[in-house]
Amino acid sequence: MRKYLKSSVILVLVVAMLAIGGMNCTQAPSDVYKVGAVFDITGPASNLGVPEKQTVAMMVNQINEAGGINGHPLEVIVYDTEGDADKTAMMVNRLIEQDEVLAIIGPTRSGSSLAIIDTITTAEIPQVSCAAAIGIVEPVEERYWIFKTPQTDKEAITEIYTYLQGANVTDIAIVSDTSGFGAAGRDILLADAADYGITILDDQTFDSGDTSMLSQLTHISGTDAEAVVCWSTDKESAIVAQDMQTLHMDIPLFCSHGIANMAFIDAAGDAANGVIFPAGKLLIVDEVPASDPQKEVLTNYRDDFEALYGEGTISTFGGHAYDALSVVVMALEQMDEGLDITEARTAIRDGIEQITDFAGTGGVFTMSPTNHLGMAPGSLAMIEIVDGEWTWLQ
Amino acid sequence: MSADQFLQYLISGLTIGSIYALVGLGFTIIYAVTRIINFAQGEFVMLGGMLSFYLISSVGVPLAPALILSVLIAAMIGAIMYTLAIRTARRASVISLIIITIGAAVFFRGIAGEVFPWGVDFVRPPYFTGGESISFLGAYIHPQALWIIGTTLVVTVLLHLFLSYTMVGKALKACAISPVAAGMVGIDARAMALIAFVLAATFGAIGGVVMAPLTLTSYNVGFMLGLKGFVAASIGGFKSPIATVIGGLTLGIVMSLAVGVDWGPFSSAYKDAIAMIVLLLILLIRSGRLAEEERAS
Amino acid sequence: MLARVKSKWTYLVIAALLAFSILIPFDWFLGQYTVLMIFIGIFTMVTVGLCLLMGYTGQVSLGQAAFYGMGAYFSAILSKTYSVNPWLAMMMAAAATGAFAYVIGYPFFRLRGNYLAVATLGLGVIIHILLRQLGPGGPDGMAGIPYLSIGGFAFDNYFKRYFLVWFFCLATLFISQNIVRSRTGRALRAIHGSEAAAESIGINVDQFKVKIFALSAVYASLAGSLFAHNMAHISPSTFDPMASVVIVVMAVIGGLASIWGAIFGAATVAILKYELLLGFGEWDIVVYGLILMLVMIFMPEGLFVGLRELFGRWRLRYAQRGAEP
Repeated sequence: MRKYLKSSVILVLVVAMLAIGGMNCTQAPSDVYKVGAVFDITGPASNLGVPEKQTVAMMVNQINEAGGINGHPLEVIVYDTEGDADKTAMMVNRLIEQDEVLAIIGPTRSGSSLAIIDTITTAEIPQVSCAAAIGIVEPVEERYWIFKTPQTDKEAITEIYTYLQGANVTDIAIVSDTSGFGAAGRDILLADAADYGITILDDQTFDSGDTSMLSQLTHISGTDAEAVVCWSTDKESAIVAQDMQTLHMDIPLFCSHGIANMAFIDAAGDAANGVIFPAGKLLIVDEVPASDPQKEVLTNYRDDFEALYGEGTISTFGGHAYDALSVVVMALEQMDEGLDITEARTAIRDGIEQITDFAGTGGVFTMSPTNHLGMAPGSLAMIEIVDGEWTWLQ
Repeated sequence: MSADQFLQYLISGLTIGSIYALVGLGFTIIYAVTRIINFAQGEFVMLGGMLSFYLISSVGVPLAPALILSVLIAAMIGAIMYTLAIRTARRASVISLIIITIGAAVFFRGIAGEVFPWGVDFVRPPYFTGGESISFLGAYIHPQALWIIGTTLVVTVLLHLFLSYTMVGKALKACAISPVAAGMVGIDARAMALIAFVLAATFGAIGGVVMAPLTLTSYNVGFMLGLKGFVAASIGGFKSPIATVIGGLTLGIVMSLAVGVDWGPFSSAYKDAIAMIVLLLILLIRSGRLAEEERAS
Repeated sequence: MLARVKSKWTYLVIAALLAFSILIPFDWFLGQYTVLMIFIGIFTMVTVGLCLLMGYTGQVSLGQAAFYGMGAYFSAILSKTYSVNPWLAMMMAAAATGAFAYVIGYPFFRLRGNYLAVATLGLGVIIHILLRQLGPGGPDGMAGIPYLSIGGFAFDNYFKRYFLVWFFCLATLFISQNIVRSRTGRALRAIHGSEAAAESIGINVDQFKVKIFALSAVYASLAGSLFAHNMAHISPSTFDPMASVVIVVMAVIGGLASIWGAIFGAATVAILKYELLLGFGEWDIVVYGLILMLVMIFMPEGLFVGLRELFGRWRLRYAQRGAEP
């Protein structure tokens, strides 16, 4: 009996080897334009990743119903990174090797984006990230294949500091979380303050997942800070807003663009009123004048998205995905027919780099060999929450 | 640090410490009666808060019934967990039981992240009595924080009375002192274990229900809460509810003051690490006595 | 694991498996699974350390990710920031991590059961926070970690690293097997059977436990270093307390005290994580939770070991039935 077992194992192995080898030899070329996407659909950044995924799904439908790209149907293969940097690397590798996509959009977060720079560059495939860190596209000589569409933390903080300077505020306190996003923001806040005549009197931190910032805020209220700048995601920022209200801290609270969704307002309740933060114009689309080049894109995106997913569901995060996929689609539209995969990837990369004055949801983009973000100044708006609604602070 | 500030740190420390104390009570009860460390304790807290939000917002149950119902459901889950997972693993080794409770914790966390309509987002159930903070001797306290501290005190007192003056309570204490002796006087160890689990789930859920409006909640809050609650229980020596509560309050106040003192390694970024170091020190200092206890059971 | 009589068929099976494995990274064969296989190899190394620890000391460590992370970070920092040769960096990392584990092992192993488990959990939390706060790049981690290379030949693509990782993995497994069959192994089995009895015949139980703990740390460290030199980028989130739980899952599936079973445990989790449970959100940890509970309730020696015993009993029954006239 034993020897039959062993020989059948050998037989199975040999047959498997031949079958697998045979299967992989024949690959039929396809008519479909395949693009890959990696988003944090679950995990701590899922409130960014889910609208990104939803936006992509919406766009693919719209494009295919209109006949595709030059007649080619568009397929976007979306993988969930689960907020895990290693999984992101795995999924990106899978998209490149197995699914053989022409371009990749995402990931959602800076940490994951930084982690795959090597992989993308070695594989020579264009990527448009949806994350904030400036290190994703700089130094641009080492980021030949990588682009991004969201504003960097630096631009957001510049808006805040410019506003504070205009309001003659000189002493502030900052509170940030210890995640990649929070730490990156904190670094820029500390580094750039002096340029705007601002002194940081107190620098407090908390961990993502902390449930009370009362101690940190108590410490801050012992200083003469005229304003608090909080650099964190929506959940913790909501707790900061709530705790500031508990402590009767009357000074204004400025937050990061991480609170650019309704979840913050729902969670912070009354404490959300008066909070000011920089974000894309998507949140205040109705106040954008008709003369603004972004008006049409913003209005259409808002109407289409909310028609599909419900009122009040838009966020700037979905907007980043819209911009990312749009630039890829624009490059695909310009691409010649009949290219093989390597040539196609190169063509798309070149196409993205040549984009000029593209009015997206996050801003107006002009890419170039020296700038793979290309966002024109004035793309961000300072927004204040009044009565639970977003209003544009001009 | 001014006097006002000190009082404020004390109040925030008491608030968060009460939360740790409630979590810690669950650990203490289960450990005392069964010698098991229930790594899923933090998840009961999470479930309390999540269930209350679900009942209030998705099902439309009014506040008070929703809170009670959440705690009851959690208690039932505790009973089911004991019956299906712990009791069936007869005479399992200590590692097995540890891993089983970890498995349960991970299981609850995953399910919580999937079955509720808001998925992995965070949610905030409504405050019990509004959000206007109350001024107290120069410091402020949120009304929900008063609920948290008050609930912890009430629960502790009730538990103490229960253990000292009721038959079941005394039977539990007997098991805690010596399972063998308790068995000899006819106390059913398995029934006591079941009660311990139900009580632990109940207290955990009460904690969750009362803190969620203030701290927000989501599917993954169980881990760190459980860990901090465990530190509270270990400071209290896993002995009595009162010791556990003192442990929790101490931990909360120490962590709050650490932020206030703002010295060197005690920056706010390291406060979780400090809690763990406190834990390790306690364990190592007591290691001799703890080892004897383990060997005795 | 007594030595079996090796028939020529056994060698043929092993040869076929070997041929199969060598062919995997080729594009025309199963090349798309190369990265997955690399992860399996690395995970196996971490797992086998824990299997030995759990199997032979009866204790569980909920902080193995700490050593995994220390190996990754030490090796990365030494080789990138201080331009140390990556091989040397790897060895130095393993030595440092092993020494660290040895030193904390003595006070830690004075605790037992539950308390030791919690102490290791606390260790895992502390190391994770330290890596996150003090590691270069902070929470986003560090990139640009150099690849391993021999002379001019650099392991700069997944194909080459597949063989590198599996060389180390198999070496680890063989070394472990040797340890288990040696005098040390017999001492360990004696301890596993009864600590009191082992003490009475002069075995220094505590010292053995600490040694196994240190060994598991060294394995985890090597695995971490290989991970760092494979991904070229590491971040602290890979080494968080949940990662320690996943390592326990792999060890539980592989089987306590099982060496070759560790591959099974690592493969199961890797395939679940990166293939089967894709896009299922949090259901993957639901599955992990179920596995942990069900396996420990019904097969407390581990899944692989339990299945092997079931298989053995089935074969025995089959053979007996065949023997009847």
